[in-house]
Amino acid sequence: MFDKSISELHSLLHKKELSVSELVQTSFDRIHTVDEKVKAFMTLNEEGAMQAAKALDGKLGTEEARGLLFGLPVGVKDNIVTKGLRTTASSQLLSNFEPLHNATVVERLNAAETITVGKLNMDEFAMGSSNENSGYFGTRNPWNTDYVPGGSSGGSAASVAAGEVFFSLGSDTGGSIRQPAAFCGVVGLKPTYGLVSRFGLIAFASSLDQIGPITNTVEDNAYLLQSIAGHDKMDSTSANVDVPDYLSSLTGDVKGLRIAVPKEYLAEGVDEDVKNSVLQSLKKLEELGATWDEVSLPHSKYAVATYYLLSSSEASANLARFDGVRYGVRAEAENLLDLYKKTRSEGFGDEVKRRIMLGTFALSSGYYDAYYKKAQKVRTLIKNDFEKVFEDYDVIIGPTTPTPAFKVGEKIDNPLTMYANDILTIPVNLAGVPAISVPCGLSNGLPVGLQIIGKHFDEKTVYRVAHAFEQATDHHKAKPEL
Amino acid sequence: MNFETIIGLEVHSELKTNTKIFCNCSTNFGAPPNTNVCPICLGHPGVLPVMNEQAVDFAMRAAMALNCEIAEDTKFDRKNYFYPDNPKAYQISQYDKPIGENGWIDIEVNGKTKRIGITRLHLEEDAGKLTHVDGENHSLVDFNRQGTPLVEIVSEPDIRTPEEAYAYLEKLKAILQYTEVSDCKMEEGSLRCDANLSLRPYGQEEFGTKTELKNLNSFANVQKGLQYEEVRQEKELLAGNVIGQETRRYDEAGKKTILMRVKEGSDDYRYFPEPDLVRLAINKEWMDRVRADIPELPDARRERYVKEYDLPEYDAMVLTQSKKMSDFFEVAIGQGADPKQTSNWLMGEVSAYLNANYKEIDEVALTPEGLGKLISLIEKGTISSKIAKKVFKDLIEKGGDPEQIVKDKGLVQISDEGELRSIVSGILDENEQSIEDYKNGKDRAIGFLVGQVMKATKGKANPPMVNKLIVEEMDKR
Amino acid sequence: MSRITKEEVKHVANLARLEMDEAEVEKFTTQLDDIISMAEQLNELDTENVEPTTHVLDLKNVMREDKVQPWLTREEALKNAPDQANGQVKVPSIFE
Repeated sequence: MFDKSISELHSLLHKKELSVSELVQTSFDRIHTVDEKVKAFMTLNEEGAMQAAKALDGKLGTEEARGLLFGLPVGVKDNIVTKGLRTTASSQLLSNFEPLHNATVVERLNAAETITVGKLNMDEFAMGSSNENSGYFGTRNPWNTDYVPGGSSGGSAASVAAGEVFFSLGSDTGGSIRQPAAFCGVVGLKPTYGLVSRFGLIAFASSLDQIGPITNTVEDNAYLLQSIAGHDKMDSTSANVDVPDYLSSLTGDVKGLRIAVPKEYLAEGVDEDVKNSVLQSLKKLEELGATWDEVSLPHSKYAVATYYLLSSSEASANLARFDGVRYGVRAEAENLLDLYKKTRSEGFGDEVKRRIMLGTFALSSGYYDAYYKKAQKVRTLIKNDFEKVFEDYDVIIGPTTPTPAFKVGEKIDNPLTMYANDILTIPVNLAGVPAISVPCGLSNGLPVGLQIIGKHFDEKTVYRVAHAFEQATDHHKAKPEL
Repeated sequence: MNFETIIGLEVHSELKTNTKIFCNCSTNFGAPPNTNVCPICLGHPGVLPVMNEQAVDFAMRAAMALNCEIAEDTKFDRKNYFYPDNPKAYQISQYDKPIGENGWIDIEVNGKTKRIGITRLHLEEDAGKLTHVDGENHSLVDFNRQGTPLVEIVSEPDIRTPEEAYAYLEKLKAILQYTEVSDCKMEEGSLRCDANLSLRPYGQEEFGTKTELKNLNSFANVQKGLQYEEVRQEKELLAGNVIGQETRRYDEAGKKTILMRVKEGSDDYRYFPEPDLVRLAINKEWMDRVRADIPELPDARRERYVKEYDLPEYDAMVLTQSKKMSDFFEVAIGQGADPKQTSNWLMGEVSAYLNANYKEIDEVALTPEGLGKLISLIEKGTISSKIAKKVFKDLIEKGGDPEQIVKDKGLVQISDEGELRSIVSGILDENEQSIEDYKNGKDRAIGFLVGQVMKATKGKANPPMVNKLIVEEMDKR
Repeated sequence: MSRITKEEVKHVANLARLEMDEAEVEKFTTQLDDIISMAEQLNELDTENVEPTTHVLDLKNVMREDKVQPWLTREEALKNAPDQANGQVKVPSIFE
């Protein structure tokens, strides 16, 4: 059941060979069996989901049930607000927070009549690359539970890899969808900035954040994006563009496709196995009729520093609202200043504090120009790097991460080593372009991800290449044993 | 005075849009606490702001009326600070690209016109309302006001006296009311003012250390606070003391300013561009559209009153100070009332009544039509101006039609010659002495006799006619 | 030479309304110093004539109509409030 695709599930439901209740129950059964080990879920919505499933069962076989996502269980990252369903962003500060409304993406999934089975664990406020920064517990990698699932959408990727849900929503600020997708051997897309509404996404870094789908296959991914993408008047940064038919791009045809491979993405620090998997993948794409050249994205090495300055600065303001006044867990305090300081110091974990500190520093009087503004300018250079390459190429391809998943506890004490892990995903967010991670091999039993980067709003080409590659290989068929 | 006074004013004015600046909540004043709120203005996790177009139009309109240059490219920034009435812990404001810059207004003090520069006008969101409960160790927050669009208008340090500050505020308020972007009600907080004052020795170029006055609840208190501060600072300086960079408030009861807090360096608000809002590109077309909506401003009206209605400069200035008064005037004369008479009434009886009762012209029962009719009743001789004052009292307190009031109360002037002649004759019969006095050349006697006739007619007799008849009748005797 | 001092860390913590004991100040000073030294790598680049990027998309003039749409009841609005009284959110006194 767990390797079924969206279209297969749809057809089973359509033919009434399966009821929505059975399908959702299957999802919960799996969660109850494996989540003790994987720990992907923060909050389960069992009662609500089963009720919703029953209601949808009544529509089975009617016109109302013809939507492709009708009745399918979905997991939602815990930084996406769900009305009445506890949303914590994996922070202790929000352990009792019940949103008053749904995020736009949740509204769109509701309109497609999916069923939200629960909220997925993450690094607190999406800050981290291993899920070890969750304020509650760390999610584990279904391929080997001694390893991290990646982050910050670790729960979103692990839940799909573990077969707990067929697809999930994650969010990606510096690689938070693609890196865990790579680590867990699933497909994760970070859409073009502005393609998917951020309304209801608990902001980490507003100019970089983007919600995207995590799925078993490229086709499923396209289905999910199709239903959540598009202009939202509640998000001023949402682009008013027509959403193309992504499915129509899944032709398997990449003849004549021009691929750019940045030399910086296969440089020192990239694991040999990872490098080989990527080169093998390029070979496969060549066999399918594409060509590739080595190119340069010369400012790549500045991306990590740029990213940490900008994202932390924005975060320092975005997370200031968590002050214990209107919602969240308020600390006992004698006076107002104490209330603020105790609430925030007790409620936030170390990584969140570190980023708030860095961001506050970078914006503070006397440092703004040297750090924040400088980083904004370097962001321009990094964006220009991509634009230049895209003048001559259709996609950019490289590894998603320099290494496969690392062991729990291996990097947690050294923020800089942890940050370096995002070196290949961060530039994409800075440039605002779309990128997907698809499985492209295993290294010591752990998945390796291939990153395919496209032009602004050219998700179609990204999907076309990813799909052609996926269909020509068996990597996506490998599943972890739990 | 050994020192030159330098004053700068910062005015915050709420814009009268239907909805808040970033969400669709109502800006209605006086609703029960926390009933005009939503996840967006409450700063809930995950919400995003969307700009209210009317707020931008109003800010542009105000900036244009204040002779500002309008930014073709403008943006919003986050101003970071923690306070319970500031739900996001940042205020969305404008830092380095305000909508309007380099404006000015002309003020008049002691008959002299002076131009005061306006450094900038920017658009931002208002905060919630924080109430301290007396005797309790807690405060309460109502977020209804949070997110109301606000323009902040910063003057150049061109103001030299508290009187000029007062005149500046009056003029600014008039312009904002004329442009119909703000109610400017200080008592409801839709207009607020902070004032900076510093002294420097005459001839010195550099400014002295300034103190900031906050919580000023009327223009009069701005002036009084500044007057006090001017004297206080001078004394300090003459005593060889240094002025501290302080925030002070004006204590109305004690008639003095009181230290609120000492400022340590400048506050670090960590402004940075708001990533959740996009830039505004204001092109000529947009500017032209907004400019077309600007009604006639006070200075233009004032000039027109002098030119078209032949009103004295002073009358024209007073009438146009308040848009409501001026609009009232226009409607009244539009109905045919004599401009000069209307102006006299508005500046005389009407203003006296309003001032005595702390009311505004739109808060009384008097209508422009009513006043117009009253004036024409006097002109036609239906009532005397003395009677008119009685009718006016009724009109301003209860309203109604002056003609009807005059009829109902039997106040119509007695202008019938026969009727008056017989009354006059009767009065003369009773006052032989006065006739004698008159014949002996004492004209004063006429005044006394007129008074007697008025008394007998309860003021309804037509005074010029009474005068004429008394003389005629006495000459006969 | 350290790029950020303990005093600065304390100042920044206060701006961010975070409470820290000496050990934490020590730890954050070291870690922030490392991160800032990495950030100083950007100084290798001449960005004199480069425009800063705030938004990757060049969107302009996104605005909404000035039309009232009620959303929450007061009960809903205060549902998550840790403390409330008389329909308002209660906080420790703003005056010390």
